[in-house]
Amino acid sequence: MKTAAIGPVIRCEKLTKRFGAFTAVDAISFAVAPGEIFGFLGANGAGKTTAMRMLCGLLGPTEGAASVAGFDVFTQAERIKQHIGYMSQKFSLYEDLTVRENIRFYGGIYGLKTAAIREKTDALLQRLGLEAERNTLVGSLPLGWKQKLAFSVALFHDPAVVFLDEPTGGVDPITRRQFWDLIYEAAARGVTVFITTHYMDEAEYCDRVSIMVDGKIEALDKPAGLKQQFGVSTMDEVFLHLARGAKNVE
Amino acid sequence: MPAVELTNISKAYGATQAVRNVSLTVEPGELFGLIGPDGAGKTTLFRILATLLLADAGTATVAKHDVVREFRAIRNVVGYMPGRFSLYQDLTVQENLEFFAAVFRTTVRENYELVRDIYEQLVPFKDRRAGALSGGMKQKLALCCALIHKPELLLLDEPTTGVDAVSRQEFWHMLSTLKERGITIVVSTPYMDEAALCERVALLQTGQVLRVDTPAALRESYPWPLYAVRAARMHPLLQDLRAYPAAHSCYAFGETAHLSLAQPDAAAEAHLKAYLTAKGHHDVSVAPVPATIEDTFMDLLQTHHSAPVS
Amino acid sequence: MKAFLMFVRKESYHIFRDPRTLLILFGMPVALVTLFGFALTNEIKNADVAVLDFDHGVHARQVQNRLFSSGYFGLRDYARNYPDVAAAFRRGHVKLAVVFPAGFSSDFDHLGHAQVQLVADASDQNTAISLVNYATAIIRSYEQEVAPHRSGSPGPRVEAVARLYFNPGLKAAYTFVPGTMALILLLVSAMLTSITIAREKETGTMEVLLVSPMRQLPIIIGKILPYFLLSFVNGLIILALGVWVLHIPERGSLALLILETLLYILVALTLGVLISTRAASQQTAMLTSMLGLLLPTLILSGFLFPIESMPLPLQTVSRLIPARYFIVILKGIMIKGLGLRELWRETAVLFGMAGGLLLLALGSLKNRLA
Repeated sequence: MKTAAIGPVIRCEKLTKRFGAFTAVDAISFAVAPGEIFGFLGANGAGKTTAMRMLCGLLGPTEGAASVAGFDVFTQAERIKQHIGYMSQKFSLYEDLTVRENIRFYGGIYGLKTAAIREKTDALLQRLGLEAERNTLVGSLPLGWKQKLAFSVALFHDPAVVFLDEPTGGVDPITRRQFWDLIYEAAARGVTVFITTHYMDEAEYCDRVSIMVDGKIEALDKPAGLKQQFGVSTMDEVFLHLARGAKNVE
Repeated sequence: MPAVELTNISKAYGATQAVRNVSLTVEPGELFGLIGPDGAGKTTLFRILATLLLADAGTATVAKHDVVREFRAIRNVVGYMPGRFSLYQDLTVQENLEFFAAVFRTTVRENYELVRDIYEQLVPFKDRRAGALSGGMKQKLALCCALIHKPELLLLDEPTTGVDAVSRQEFWHMLSTLKERGITIVVSTPYMDEAALCERVALLQTGQVLRVDTPAALRESYPWPLYAVRAARMHPLLQDLRAYPAAHSCYAFGETAHLSLAQPDAAAEAHLKAYLTAKGHHDVSVAPVPATIEDTFMDLLQTHHSAPVS
Repeated sequence: MKAFLMFVRKESYHIFRDPRTLLILFGMPVALVTLFGFALTNEIKNADVAVLDFDHGVHARQVQNRLFSSGYFGLRDYARNYPDVAAAFRRGHVKLAVVFPAGFSSDFDHLGHAQVQLVADASDQNTAISLVNYATAIIRSYEQEVAPHRSGSPGPRVEAVARLYFNPGLKAAYTFVPGTMALILLLVSAMLTSITIAREKETGTMEVLLVSPMRQLPIIIGKILPYFLLSFVNGLIILALGVWVLHIPERGSLALLILETLLYILVALTLGVLISTRAASQQTAMLTSMLGLLLPTLILSGFLFPIESMPLPLQTVSRLIPARYFIVILKGIMIKGLGLRELWRETAVLFGMAGGLLLLALGSLKNRLA
């Protein structure tokens, strides 16, 4: 792991983003440890996407402090991008490129050597059981396979952190769980996983979960701790309890 | 006479078979769910019912009208909400509503009673452009627009996808209110937990109906003894349970793992605890648990395809 | 009917709330016309002229004085013979040569009919056209002053015979205003219409509209009506710019001009609908319009390149370009003052195109998706 600092991989202190008079992210503070699976929940419009963009180095914060993989989000956005992986449901792979071409492309983007790319590609395809599909166009793969491949590609350059933005939308329940197996494996290897989801059962699979309401982090704990704190039996209820109090759900 | 009847419907797009030989009936006044992941054929079925697509084979009727020959009659009595939020983003909430009312040859006032509950939630934003609404509000507005002409049948294609849990709950509450007014509702969703909120559901995968039944009957149809297993660390727990000799299947379910056994075992709990403790797990608890619709669905998926379908 | 009116209203909201559409609608004509206009007027300040005077008479001298005191032309060379002129052109020294044949002055006085030859470097065709036109106008005004009472004689007494050097096939004058007008009307009518229909397909609203009791025809008409009006306003703006800012004459019937413009807009709109029935996304609609309308119109309509000098296959293709006929009509009415009697063939072609496209478009309008 090419992490420049020991200690938390993601660290936010009073991180804030304002758009004009509107405060999208309001002084959030948290730290994520290496190898942790960190669930980042919130209603639509609660500020999740804005916060995630700041952490990925895509959006400059207004104030506060934050570092990702040891790099400062204010001054080292480009270094951050080198050390994180990103996958979303919407954009992941090029449908009109083959499996191998997609992998080679992403390897190239992150400056990996050709020999290294070839070697890692073989290992990756073997792990996913996609060896026979290496020259298949990604567009013709089933959705579940695409998502697994996209996740592996996001990890291809051995990032310290991987950001997953609703990665499991629309897939069947078995594939969704197989996807989580991949997440667990990555976390066991020491990769930090930062994930958003609308499936509340998936919140239970996270080591810790934060819930954003109106730009603030209203709750942050292990799933069991949150359920205990609110005296309910599922994460769904925790979420509903918190999000109902939101002022600007809209 | 059913409100919706599909008989042996098939539809392919080029080489891709989107819907295979689907037969279904929906009774008048029923809240019927099409449950399945992306690619299950839900949208294709909706488009066939909405008279937007012609099936390659099979027949379908909606409100007693044939979807091919009498499509005009169907278009007068159906309210359709496509998968994407089909609103004019650059029109305000009020303008969208008035537009759709006029297109359906009615006015907002005429059917105000039906949409009042939903509309009142939109009133504070009525001069806001639809594009500036949150996902949940857009969804409410789209429902309002689909209801504005007092349809007999609502066709809602994945109305809750990408919407947060709060809005989803509110949306299902609105659907149950509409159902009480006698409107037949066919709704699709990829969320298994929403299946429980329908009166009957069809479980779909790769264009085929796996099973049609009430949620309760689907839960009861689960054929294996099922246990909820907890331990301190989920991932090793899943791996060890899958290696358990008597295991039929094992999936993560929230904070527990659902383990089904290939054979009933009266002492399963004790056996499992001993097995897991021997594997070094802490805080182990094992309890029999009733199956959820998701358990049933996954079981059906497994028996239908042992490998992923490409 | 109410649904239809609501539809038109909705469409107007779309247009007036989208700065990009408005910019294309009203910014583009102004920009294009001024661009072409300026490119033209800038060139004609003290353009270098060679004079080849075989006459040495009083009228030849007078005409030269007029030319060189106008500010448009500057004397660069006195040529002694034609090869001198040709050499000056080749070296790029001069843009225009004025040739007075021997006996020009005496012909002017006694025969009432004299010829002067204007030779222009037509490699820069717009400049060449203007130079010839300016020079002709100056010669004509001289003739009017010197012999205003000698009316009744058939035709002008001084005939300015223009020869365009390097590009002899070029006959078109004032190509830019008719060309721009044909282009803009086509873009606004066809491109924007096809894009707005494609947008509804993309956002899914088309699905809802199709499922509504509203028929396809009112949907289409409701879509194109606002653009019909806008295109017309646009056409008037371009005309006004052309006439008042760039001093294009309007010699023919204004009513005919307006009717022909409406006919052309109709052709463009049906084209737009046809594209939209095929294009599934705004991007496809945009690309199709660009490749299928914008480029062929620019290249093949006679707007930028004279049709006569095109290779034969391209000439044949250019017959399919509606703008080609509209440009002929515009020039005919505005510059030559022609009427329907002379322009009926082009008008008939446009009518035929409108009818044919309308039938095609209606045929491919679908009740359903795909």
